Amino acid sequence: MSMRNWLAAPLLWVVAFAAQAQEKSYAYWNMPKGVTEISRDVYGLHMLIFWVVVVIGVGVFAAFFYSIWAHRRSRNPKPATFHESTTVEIVWTVIPFLILIAMAIPATGTLIKIEDSSDAEMTVKVTGYQWMWGYEYVGEDVSFISRLDRASDRARQVGSGIDPRTVENYLLEVDNRLVIPTDTKVRFLLTSNDVIHSWWVPEFGMKRDAIPGFINEMWARVDEPGVYRGQCTELCGRDHGFMPVVVEAVPPAEFERWLAEQKGESGAAEAAPAAAGTEVAAAEAGTTTDAAVDAGNEAADEAAAAAPLDKAELMTAGEKAYKANCVACHQASGEGMPPAFPSLVGSSVVNGETAQYITQVLNGKNAMPPFGHLSDKEIAGVVTYTRNSWGNESGPVQPGDVAALRQ
Amino acid sequence: MAEAHAHDHAHDHHGPAKLSDGFGKWAMRWISTTNHKDLGTLYLVWAFAMFFVGGLMSLVIRGELFAPGLQFVDPEFFNQMTTMHALIMIFGGVMPAFTGLANWMVPMQIGCSDLALPRVNNWGFWILPFAFGLLLSTLFMDGGAPASGWTMYPPLVLQTGEAFPYLIFSIHLMGISSITGAINVVVTILNMRAPGMTLLKMPLFVWTWLITAYLLIAVMPVLAGAVTMLLTDRYFGTSFFNAAGGGDPVMFQHIFWFFGHPEVYILILPAFGIVSTIIPTFARKTLFGYASMVYATASIAFLSFIVWAHHMFTVGMPLAGELFFMFSTMLIAVPTGVKVFNWIATMWRGSMTFETPMLFALGFVFLFTIGGFSGLMLAIAPADFQYHDTYFVVAHFHYVLVPGAVFAILAAIYYWIPKWTGVMYNEKLGQFHFWWSAIWINVLFFPQHFLGLAGMPRRIPDYAVQFTDFNVISSIGAFAFFIGQFVFIYNMIQCMRGVGEPAPARPWEGAHGLEWTVPSPAPYHTFEKPPVVDDKEVAAHA
Ligand code: HEC
Ligand SMILES: [Cu+2]
Ligand SMILES: [Cu+2]
Repeated sequence: MSMRNWLAAPLLWVVAFAAQAQEKSYAYWNMPKGVTEISRDVYGLHMLIFWVVVVIGVGVFAAFFYSIWAHRRSRNPKPATFHESTTVEIVWTVIPFLILIAMAIPATGTLIKIEDSSDAEMTVKVTGYQWMWGYEYVGEDVSFISRLDRASDRARQVGSGIDPRTVENYLLEVDNRLVIPTDTKVRFLLTSNDVIHSWWVPEFGMKRDAIPGFINEMWARVDEPGVYRGQCTELCGRDHGFMPVVVEAVPPAEFERWLAEQKGESGAAEAAPAAAGTEVAAAEAGTTTDAAVDAGNEAADEAAAAAPLDKAELMTAGEKAYKANCVACHQASGEGMPPAFPSLVGSSVVNGETAQYITQVLNGKNAMPPFGHLSDKEIAGVVTYTRNSWGNESGPVQPGDVAALRQ
Repeated sequence: MAEAHAHDHAHDHHGPAKLSDGFGKWAMRWISTTNHKDLGTLYLVWAFAMFFVGGLMSLVIRGELFAPGLQFVDPEFFNQMTTMHALIMIFGGVMPAFTGLANWMVPMQIGCSDLALPRVNNWGFWILPFAFGLLLSTLFMDGGAPASGWTMYPPLVLQTGEAFPYLIFSIHLMGISSITGAINVVVTILNMRAPGMTLLKMPLFVWTWLITAYLLIAVMPVLAGAVTMLLTDRYFGTSFFNAAGGGDPVMFQHIFWFFGHPEVYILILPAFGIVSTIIPTFARKTLFGYASMVYATASIAFLSFIVWAHHMFTVGMPLAGELFFMFSTMLIAVPTGVKVFNWIATMWRGSMTFETPMLFALGFVFLFTIGGFSGLMLAIAPADFQYHDTYFVVAHFHYVLVPGAVFAILAAIYYWIPKWTGVMYNEKLGQFHFWWSAIWINVLFFPQHFLGLAGMPRRIPDYAVQFTDFNVISSIGAFAFFIGQFVFIYNMIQCMRGVGEPAPARPWEGAHGLEWTVPSPAPYHTFEKPPVVDDKEVAAHA
């Protein structure tokens, strides 16, 4: 390739890239304009400061590169001797200062607008859990849990053999979407049940932290019906990357219908997030302390699965697996958060026929996710552990029993 | 008395123990040394060992992110890598590297024989292996290494396994080490300058380090306090950061960033000093505004104490608080701009040549400014609600830290290594090292701006498929950048072995300063008698 081709290639590539970016339905290399007045204001501010910076940059770097070219020794063997000029120093202090003031004015206006969540027409309480979101329609008696959808969850396991490109909306889809009406000022109250999370929908132009023991506020008035996707943005532990936020905005009439349907659908939908805040935080203190997970040696576990294990070993493995996978819903005490997450203490499933229990852990049931990605030993362990803790006394289960039940 | 003197003399004559004097003697020399040059070398070697370790961790991160889906690490291990990478690079790499440069250069630039507290100096260095031994040992513990990010936010950090107390104590040790280094620098600069070396004649590297040292003394204890509160929250039943007990998890963030923002200037002010030394040398022209550089540094240091909450705009502060931190943060752009303008004015109508130190210094000016621009964007609070905790932030701080702080460290080493070793480094390899680094660092970090804007959160081990392209590019950049650094290591090892052209006392024709008045390599003890300060040498800016 000639020199010119070498220079042209990256340029062509960038152009091709840009053209390709144009066709995408999602944000590809810039902030989305979004679907709220706030998000458009924020986008406007972003582009304004971007162009300010670009203009300053072009000026500064032009001087910089010109000087490198023109004032190199081969062209300018005798250096000038000037230095120190109070006037010049004042000029280049004052001009940036004025530019900053010009920037600060619109930024302040937008900030004031963002922080004004008065006159909201409805309120949704958002609770962060490790690692899912709880949504509660305040005053409507409707609440549910929203977690990563099964297709993504299966594909995202190490060595799943599933190409994420074949999964629709990989990592950006949930089992239960948050549904809100369009053209309505919706206030979100954010809190958390365990650690700090952050709730973000880029198309709404806002993110805000969900903090245990505190309630934060933000709001959105969505103009266009559609599905808007985001993610948790505050590091919240092992599965921080796997707790998407998906909001479906529908016209108000449709929303009313949806809401009525939800209310009709049994009290079972009524869920745990109700009690978030200080009391829950108190109840939680310590329960999740050891949730740090060790899923590293699955292979070794698999190899060991053939031989029957003694109960003590199963209990140890089980306790670890339980803390890593089950505490978030069923709690360290095993008492769960009824009615959403049933208590395992004295449960007929736990203490009953093992095949049914193992199958439920492998494949999940309703709001309980499947745990088929755990090793046989971990599942045997967790079943043994729950069958022999908190007053349950129902004997161990072997990894072989689990293996037999996998299809 | 006479005998003691004779012994001293003999000792001087032999110089410090070499490997050829026997391994035991040689090892003891390095362990027990109180010589600022030895300790400077130790600090620098240490820093590069840590850059290597932290670099390997970043390759685990970039390797995992090379494709969507989890390739080979567990998400928890991924979080351990991001956490450890940051702690090691910041506290094990960049900070010790600057301390090493201060060790070598501060006494030589102000004309004194050593730092004021040589034993403390030895102690300050030898704490580091213990601090990082503790920290790295957590990788092999039950529950693994800390995985809550280097920011250690509670309640998440309280979920750390057995590693937790080790994390806290290693931070305490790093803090003690930095504070001893900082006190030493302050005491030395204020008390031991050669007669005639007034404060406003000091080289800018000395000035920026003096201010940095004050920042360190002010904020390292704050960090120590914050992590101690974590310790008592976990083990002694306090509730500083636990809402259930009347505490507040956000209070930790306020305390942490009250340390953390000055910390980012601790990582960059000495770099400003280095660049302000190198550009005039190779432009053969006096620094345009010496005094305004000093004042700009001081105002940046002052402002750094009142902007901390810009790291936490999303925690839900009162509007007045958000406005205050937005305005104060934007203000920092003013003195920072003054610096950049001064560097360019220094280059203007100079007579520039582009040896490796100059290339790295110019690379610094260009790329640090890009990091400064994204910083200005991040200061706009409403826009920060979008940028916060995305790859845009990752791109921003890596621009100021890698082609910023690290390029300055490399520039400084190329600039002074002839003085340290007495031989010139290989210029061809140096030039190659610069171009290789400058290209790949942009391939590595520039696409991360796009990722962040398009919505990719930071600290995630896997991503939605639309983020694939830029992640692939970024990962390629990471591996290429990393490999290129071995050219530098090889070049420096050759210098340390004495292979290369002998260096004259003043290898750069435009260089000024007392360090160039002593032979190359600088004798083991320099300026035991204070030098006569010649204004032409030190006050070339006056
Ligand atoms: C995301 C929350 C969640 C997690 C995590 C979870 N479960 Fe469940 N679990 C549920 C829900 C919801 C039900 C009720 C399902 C139904 O019957 O509709 C349930 C039911 C059960 C039951 C039946 C209880 C009864 O008496 O009806 C058992 C046993 C159980 N889970 C065990 C486990 C174990 C073991 C783990 C860890 C491997 C686990 N769960 C993890 C949500 C969860
Ligand atoms: Cu998270
Ligand atoms: Cu800051």
